[in-house]
Amino acid sequence: MRPFRYHRPADVAEAVAVLGAEPQAAYLAGGTNLVDLMKLGVQRPDVLVDVNRLPLDTVQELPDGGLRIGATVRNSDLAAHPVVRRDYPVLARALLAAASGQLRNLATTGGNLLQRTRCVYFQDTGKACNKRDPGSGCAALHGQNRDLAVLDWSEQCVATHPSDLAVALAALDAVVEVHDTDGARDVPLAALHRSPGTQPERETTLARGALITAVRLPALPAARRSAYLKVRDRASFAFAAGSVAAVLDLDGEVVRDVRLAYGAVAHRPWRAYRAEEELRGRPFSPELAAAAADAELAEARPLRHNGFKLPLTRAITVRVLTELAARAAS
Amino acid sequence: MSAGAVGRAYPRLEGREKVTGTARYAVEYPVDGVTYGWAVPSAVVRGRITRVDPAQALASPGVLAVVHHGNAPRLAPGPEPDLWLLQEPTVHYRGQFIAVVVATSLEAAREGARLVRIDYDAGPHSTVLTDDHPGLYKPDHINPSYPTDTAEGDFDAGYAAAPVRVDVTYRTPAYHNNPMEPHATTAQWHDGRLLVHDSNQGASSVRATLAELFELPRESVRVVTQHVGGGFGSKGYAKAAVVLAALAARHVDRPVRLALTRQQLFGPIGYRTPTIQRVRLAADADGRLTAICHDAISQTSTMREFAEQTAVYTRSMYAAPHRRTTHRLVRLDVPTPFWMRAPGECPGAYALESAMDELAVAVGIDPVELRIRNDTEVDPDQGRPFTSRNLVACLREGAQRFGWADRDPAPRSRRDGHWLVGSGVAGSSYPARARPCSATATARPDGSFLVRINVTDIGTGARTAMWQVAADALGVPPERVAISIGDSDLPTAPVAGGSMGTASWSWAVIRACQALRGKLPEGGSPDRDVSAEADTSDEVGGQPTLPRYAYGAQFAEVRVDATTGEVRLNRMLGVFAAGQVVNPTTARSQLIGGMTMGLSMALHEEGVLDERYGDWVNHDLATYHITGCADVESIEAYWLDERDGELNPAGVKGIGEIGIVGAAAAIANAVHHATGVRIRDLPIRLDKLVGVSELA
Repeated sequence: MRPFRYHRPADVAEAVAVLGAEPQAAYLAGGTNLVDLMKLGVQRPDVLVDVNRLPLDTVQELPDGGLRIGATVRNSDLAAHPVVRRDYPVLARALLAAASGQLRNLATTGGNLLQRTRCVYFQDTGKACNKRDPGSGCAALHGQNRDLAVLDWSEQCVATHPSDLAVALAALDAVVEVHDTDGARDVPLAALHRSPGTQPERETTLARGALITAVRLPALPAARRSAYLKVRDRASFAFAAGSVAAVLDLDGEVVRDVRLAYGAVAHRPWRAYRAEEELRGRPFSPELAAAAADAELAEARPLRHNGFKLPLTRAITVRVLTELAARAAS
Repeated sequence: MSAGAVGRAYPRLEGREKVTGTARYAVEYPVDGVTYGWAVPSAVVRGRITRVDPAQALASPGVLAVVHHGNAPRLAPGPEPDLWLLQEPTVHYRGQFIAVVVATSLEAAREGARLVRIDYDAGPHSTVLTDDHPGLYKPDHINPSYPTDTAEGDFDAGYAAAPVRVDVTYRTPAYHNNPMEPHATTAQWHDGRLLVHDSNQGASSVRATLAELFELPRESVRVVTQHVGGGFGSKGYAKAAVVLAALAARHVDRPVRLALTRQQLFGPIGYRTPTIQRVRLAADADGRLTAICHDAISQTSTMREFAEQTAVYTRSMYAAPHRRTTHRLVRLDVPTPFWMRAPGECPGAYALESAMDELAVAVGIDPVELRIRNDTEVDPDQGRPFTSRNLVACLREGAQRFGWADRDPAPRSRRDGHWLVGSGVAGSSYPARARPCSATATARPDGSFLVRINVTDIGTGARTAMWQVAADALGVPPERVAISIGDSDLPTAPVAGGSMGTASWSWAVIRACQALRGKLPEGGSPDRDVSAEADTSDEVGGQPTLPRYAYGAQFAEVRVDATTGEVRLNRMLGVFAAGQVVNPTTARSQLIGGMTMGLSMALHEEGVLDERYGDWVNHDLATYHITGCADVESIEAYWLDERDGELNPAGVKGIGEIGIVGAAAAIANAVHHATGVRIRDLPIRLDKLVGVSELA
């Protein structure tokens, strides 16, 4: 491993200032992804700014009925939080569907959103990857790409975002609170992650050195009827082959509101606006759900090994919405 | 064996040390002045190193040396070209170790390894096995010394004449041994003598190999292997880690610790070769086999020939008048394949036992009944009666315990919500062999005994099993016996592999203990230490050649999601006939471990090779999936009480491998029963099922 310095800031302002002053600095939270990548030589920071001691580890209920989740709240604590379990089950389910118990005990809310792709070419410094080494090419495009994107990829990058949590937050219209050298601001989760385009090394819209301090969930009573369905190659500790987060609000049989987001299909958590449009205002049926998924996937461009993601994503869309509709009826 | 320790459940003797973390593994021994080695893999597949520039690495803090072909101590060219490391600039495969960086810390060594600059002249390469590869050839023999091809009767005529025929091709990918403890060594030189603490499956053979490579008398090499965190065959011989550590330690004249990384286990330590297997079966209308043909293709490296004995299982499992087996190999620019739990039998049984299921469907009879109808008391290969063959008893007991009688044979006949449920069966068999071994037994004046034998306990419970055997052979309670293993200074013993460890070692232990009893005063303890030794070479070598096999029956029930294609195991049950079981606790662990590994093979594991880079891209445990606890909902192993007097003094057949044999076929057959879809290339994952029209 490359030698690095370690810094523990006293407050958020100091953390942001240190990162602003160091061209090769990185925030260290749970370390479940960063430390692995440092060992592999994929990330090589000069200095680690440890944010674990900053006062960002609480979950607050907001007066408007929403929830504010500190950036260093651990995944297991968040999944077990009674308000999350009651008001946002999709979030608790997404968290528990991810990683292992040990990892969830360390991994943080903010870090989870910023985790790097699991593309095998990104993780191996002996292979071409524009995201790791801009300009080196994308080995995955014509390589082993079973786990990679079907939507919104570019010739430069076909990586997927690996987070389950981010998919749930996308469906919930979460807002990310960010501090950078200009101060604090809000970034809608839907605007946090970028499409790969010609600059896949830039994964988020955050300025360099920006620190996620919290994630805010708006009040969303409909989210009490929400679910996360993750399909994977083995029963535990595997990234998604396909996943869907869904909130369904029915007025009788008619879809009053719906929120749908997909994982494992694109460079960012994929909010399925088009599918939502197809569903909204119509009487719910599994056939409608299938048609909605098809509409969302109409522009999908599967790669050589990942065509299965289209029928899979369609199948889990139908399943999760049909189950939520059945729950509404009962 | 009257005292009765054998057959009783004992916890592992070293269990407490292991669960409390005090058991020392190869790189955990405290050593003064120890340094750390980091192996540098080649970045090209095939070619020649034109330049090694260590300057940047040597300038990095803590780095002591960069050892490579230009400065490494010389090795004798031995029979194992894979181990002739850092001796020449030739690169045979991507990931081949071409240098070692030695530093004062692990982290510094790793960083140094990154900074070594290596230039190559790279040539074209071929790394993918295909059934029409121009390099296909017929090896002179297959592992370990079986004939390459066999033929009895007239297969073509017999096959053509049969009313029911199955002609199917199965494919298995590369499987990678992933023991918890990687290949790891601490090496130290003192006055021209080499001491290694090493993770291997046979310290005696590692010592012999090191002595040969470093041109030392065997007495000048000591290999200590007290605890091993698994090997699954990959540590059956000396491998790169121990050679690199010894080379590096000699070069820097300090002790060196070297452990491979998880990524480095994917290739250089060996792996189970991919296979392409065509199986043709013909039967009469009652399902009696009339013709069997198994054609197996696998790969080896350009360095040496490793010919997996894939179709050997088929030579002895079921009888038919017309039979043929063939093996073909391709030399690819890949690391040499090696042993992985039940090499040969494991992939071969997957194909044959899957084809038997397809035949049962074609004939229209129950697959358990099909196997019973084709049982044979005479080995079709050797033409002699099996010393014992309890395949049918295993099938019957398994069927009864599993609840097979209730099964509707029609595929897609059971549904549980969105899950399609199905069950499958497979036979299982593994040869029962033994090798020469030596041991000593000592009686002490205080009434205690010490048995010394260089057994390697790779996590199986071998130490405990030999302790039990010794107690019975001495006719004393086991509490009075101590056992010393895991050190090449002890009497020489064969490798923990091939399911022949317990048979070979117990043979020598029993003979040494018997000899000792003959030297002791009647009913009392000696007034000084009295020892006896045994070497079973003559006895083992003089044993008649007979077909000796363990058998088993594997049953599995799976569920397949009709829309997502997810495959999950509901339950798995195996019944085995493997002679005397020494310790039910550790035996059960071996059997369910093998079955779990078969489950992993059926549903999860796959080395994914990228031809452009010539290596396996999913080289870590996040992307190379191995069955996890949540995937094993219920797994049961049982064994029959089997006595076979033609085996060895302990009457054991070995249980390390039979648990995996047939397991993948039982699961694949269950997937077919659940879905009506036959997937013939492993692993059976959702991407092969989702969207398949027959499924929904």
